[in-house]
Amino acid sequence: MKPPPFRWSSPGTTAEAVALLAADPRAKVLAGGQSLIPLLNMRLASPPHLVDINRVAELDAVEVTGDGVRVGALVRQAHLERDEAARKVCPLLGDALPLVAHPVIRNRGTVVGSIAHGDPAAELPAVAALLGATVRIASAAGVRDVPADVFFVAPLETALRPGELVTSVWFPAVPPATGTAVVELSRRHGDYALCGVAATVDRETGAARAAYLGVAPVPLVLDLPADDPGGYAAASVDPEADIHATAAYRRHLATVLTRRALAAARDRP
Amino acid sequence: MTEEQHHITLHVNGVPRTATVPARRLLSDALRHDLGLTGTHAGCEHGVCGCCTVLLDGEPVRSCLLLAVTAQGAAIRTVEGLAGPDGALHPIQRAFAECHGLQCGFCTPGFLMTTAGLLDRSPAPTDGEIEESMAGNLCRCTGYQNITTSVRRAAELLAAGQGGDPAGPWAGEDPQEPVAEAPLAAGPYAPPPGGGVPGEARR
Repeated sequence: MKPPPFRWSSPGTTAEAVALLAADPRAKVLAGGQSLIPLLNMRLASPPHLVDINRVAELDAVEVTGDGVRVGALVRQAHLERDEAARKVCPLLGDALPLVAHPVIRNRGTVVGSIAHGDPAAELPAVAALLGATVRIASAAGVRDVPADVFFVAPLETALRPGELVTSVWFPAVPPATGTAVVELSRRHGDYALCGVAATVDRETGAARAAYLGVAPVPLVLDLPADDPGGYAAASVDPEADIHATAAYRRHLATVLTRRALAAARDRP
Repeated sequence: MTEEQHHITLHVNGVPRTATVPARRLLSDALRHDLGLTGTHAGCEHGVCGCCTVLLDGEPVRSCLLLAVTAQGAAIRTVEGLAGPDGALHPIQRAFAECHGLQCGFCTPGFLMTTAGLLDRSPAPTDGEIEESMAGNLCRCTGYQNITTSVRRAAELLAAGQGGDPAGPWAGEDPQEPVAEAPLAAGPYAPPPGGGVPGEARR
């Protein structure tokens, strides 16, 4: 349980980080390391070069405006969880962050890293997909913004190309009449959820939208019909069976959790 | 292959400590093998069990999910930093002993440091906060009830002024004299000839 050897670089600025990534297309970015270092320890990954962005102070910034929240690549999950202003503009972030692993993991893990990792069972990619977040990516060629709905490509696979660094993610605020909620079910507290649902409900029109985690290869966003939304969700998800639950049980959870998420979102003051 | 080595300084329990490590050295291994501080336990080594929890600049983190080179310059507090220089148990340690918050003791350093982090941020935690904080640490002996009782007791002892800062008796005081790099020279934790980590396959 020791990482394989790698070259380690510790840039001090985004420009230096991007230059290092441009010079070595096989390099991986290390931020919080709460997903990458287990993969290294178990030798499921062996990147030849890690670009450690933990000294890039300019990436450790949360910008909150009335329109949304921009989260820099070095912002720890626990830091955003305690940011009252960000929670007010984006209550869904405040609801979802406590569901990410355990507090000690969140002290180190980053919000942006969770999105860049692209795990379809994780909460933050589903929140990003539901809210229509935008992923800001820097490379030697410049900066590009990628909408979340095309950022997630496959399990652990994103639109990020070699030589690129996600520098921040923009989470837009939801309109005032919209309620939000996130619910999930896991075997044990802090485990990856068997199924989870993040939802928005427009209380004036009744329009409901939900993002599903753990039951599709990427965060699945559905515009739910007013009639039998749970049944619609169950018919739309594509869960896999594993040691934790059968596909049928996960499909059942999609129905139940849809109902709970929509009720919670509607009732939200 | 010859791995590139990095010279690092860690402020461990208020003492500047230096080590020369490859980039892949985990902080947990740097503490145990390079600095000889074997109080930090390496359990699962992939972030699940919580045994290796230490305070990094005051916040509890998994030392097995952190490269020692990333921690360069940081203040690290380990279980060795809890008891006073005279060996007097820290109030958190006393609480765990009084309330039978341990049996075999393997997971205990992680629980103690997680508790130190919790009580530093939240001196009078609710039962829910305690459970949420401790949920990331595994104990195969106690059944957890005595551990949550111990954390409540530790909060009481600290509130009664018996030990002050939950982060340790040396917090805020001047660092002690620097200690030279001193890996264990012999015994089961000694580095194998030529460096590296004990027990690791040598090629």
